[in-house]
Amino acid sequence: MTELSPVNPAPPGTQPDFNYPPYVSSVARSPRMPLVMLPNTISERSGPVFGPGVIVPKDDDLTAQHPGEPIGERILVHGRVLDEDGRPVRGALVEVWQANAAGRYRHRVDQHHAPLDPNFTGCGRMLTDEDGYYRFKTIKPGAYPWGNHYNAWRPAHIHFSLFGSGILSRLVTQMYFPGDPLQPYDPIFNSIADEKARNRLISHFDLETTTPGYALAYSFDIVLRGSEDTPFEAPKK
Amino acid sequence: MRLVPTASQTVGPYFFIGMGHLCTRSAPAPAKEVTVHGQVLDANRAPVPDAVLELWFADPSGQYASRADASGRPCGFARIATDAEGRFSFTTCMPGPVPFDCECMQAPHIGVLFFARGLLRHLLTRMYFPGERTNAADPLLQSLSEDRRATLVARNTSASGKNLEWNIVLQGENETVFFAW
Repeated sequence: MTELSPVNPAPPGTQPDFNYPPYVSSVARSPRMPLVMLPNTISERSGPVFGPGVIVPKDDDLTAQHPGEPIGERILVHGRVLDEDGRPVRGALVEVWQANAAGRYRHRVDQHHAPLDPNFTGCGRMLTDEDGYYRFKTIKPGAYPWGNHYNAWRPAHIHFSLFGSGILSRLVTQMYFPGDPLQPYDPIFNSIADEKARNRLISHFDLETTTPGYALAYSFDIVLRGSEDTPFEAPKK
Repeated sequence: MRLVPTASQTVGPYFFIGMGHLCTRSAPAPAKEVTVHGQVLDANRAPVPDAVLELWFADPSGQYASRADASGRPCGFARIATDAEGRFSFTTCMPGPVPFDCECMQAPHIGVLFFARGLLRHLLTRMYFPGERTNAADPLLQSLSEDRRATLVARNTSASGKNLEWNIVLQGENETVFFAW
């Protein structure tokens, strides 16, 4: 029988713990039994592949999905999706969602006392190109209060969901903005113990990509699990 | 030099805004043979109403889809959100057995990725089918103790064998087996 051969374990501290008590809702929802090592089979090496049919026009322009323009600071967000060897992940489905400029989500559960914007849904998606590149236009999301602890506020962020080459490379994360004073107080951001890994979730202001007179730009590269010498490509013997 | 994978963050309570477009109750599959009902429970046995499951499974011949169809979606993938009572259900085909390695096969199973508010990283598990002869020879199932193994195998809820129940318990008694990723 083939030995159980997991993917490269993430370096210590570079992924959050499941149980992180400062993030209160993690306590009752995180497993306590040890995680079981998964064998490296076709079930793990394969994964869903999406095609252009999942994308409709304006999915990559969150400012153009309604008759009018949304209120807020227009921004371009772009970057590359890479594997652990630095190779581009092509055709990766990237889904994004976010609050509006006032810090309110278009979702029935969000009752934050801030206005909804009739011209902003806050939902986008795209497939990466041959270089693993993605790009979308949106408005900068606002910070918003939440009930985790007294006077808790989420720093501005955009949610990202990505599919790589197999189900083990699946990633859901959040992109933050440089210079946000709320980051040191946010338990979700600070659940990543390793400072470098944590700070890699902060996008970079990118003057070069800025459209003069129109929109500022932020760059955000993403690394998905998987590399040539791990199970994603071929079974190890 | 190896790059460090980007850190995970919770999907949060508002995932439906961005992920809802792929949510379904009927998994794209060559046949509709079984319906699975389940509920997601936390450590206090409270239902988890703001969770989303992603299923990945082989077709009846044991092949995983390698491309998307005209709608842009691959066969064998489904995304299912839980309802206000933490319940989910889906209808699908019976996946075929797939290789474990060169020498042995795995019993039919559905790979399940699980996301919810409160989970800073998603969870990974599998659902197996009851009464499958091949379960007894599945290397992964057999590597688990009997009580842990039971958390991965759905239960028949009708004589026809077409209705199954499989619950996900995030913590505590009968905690579902989750895999390291």
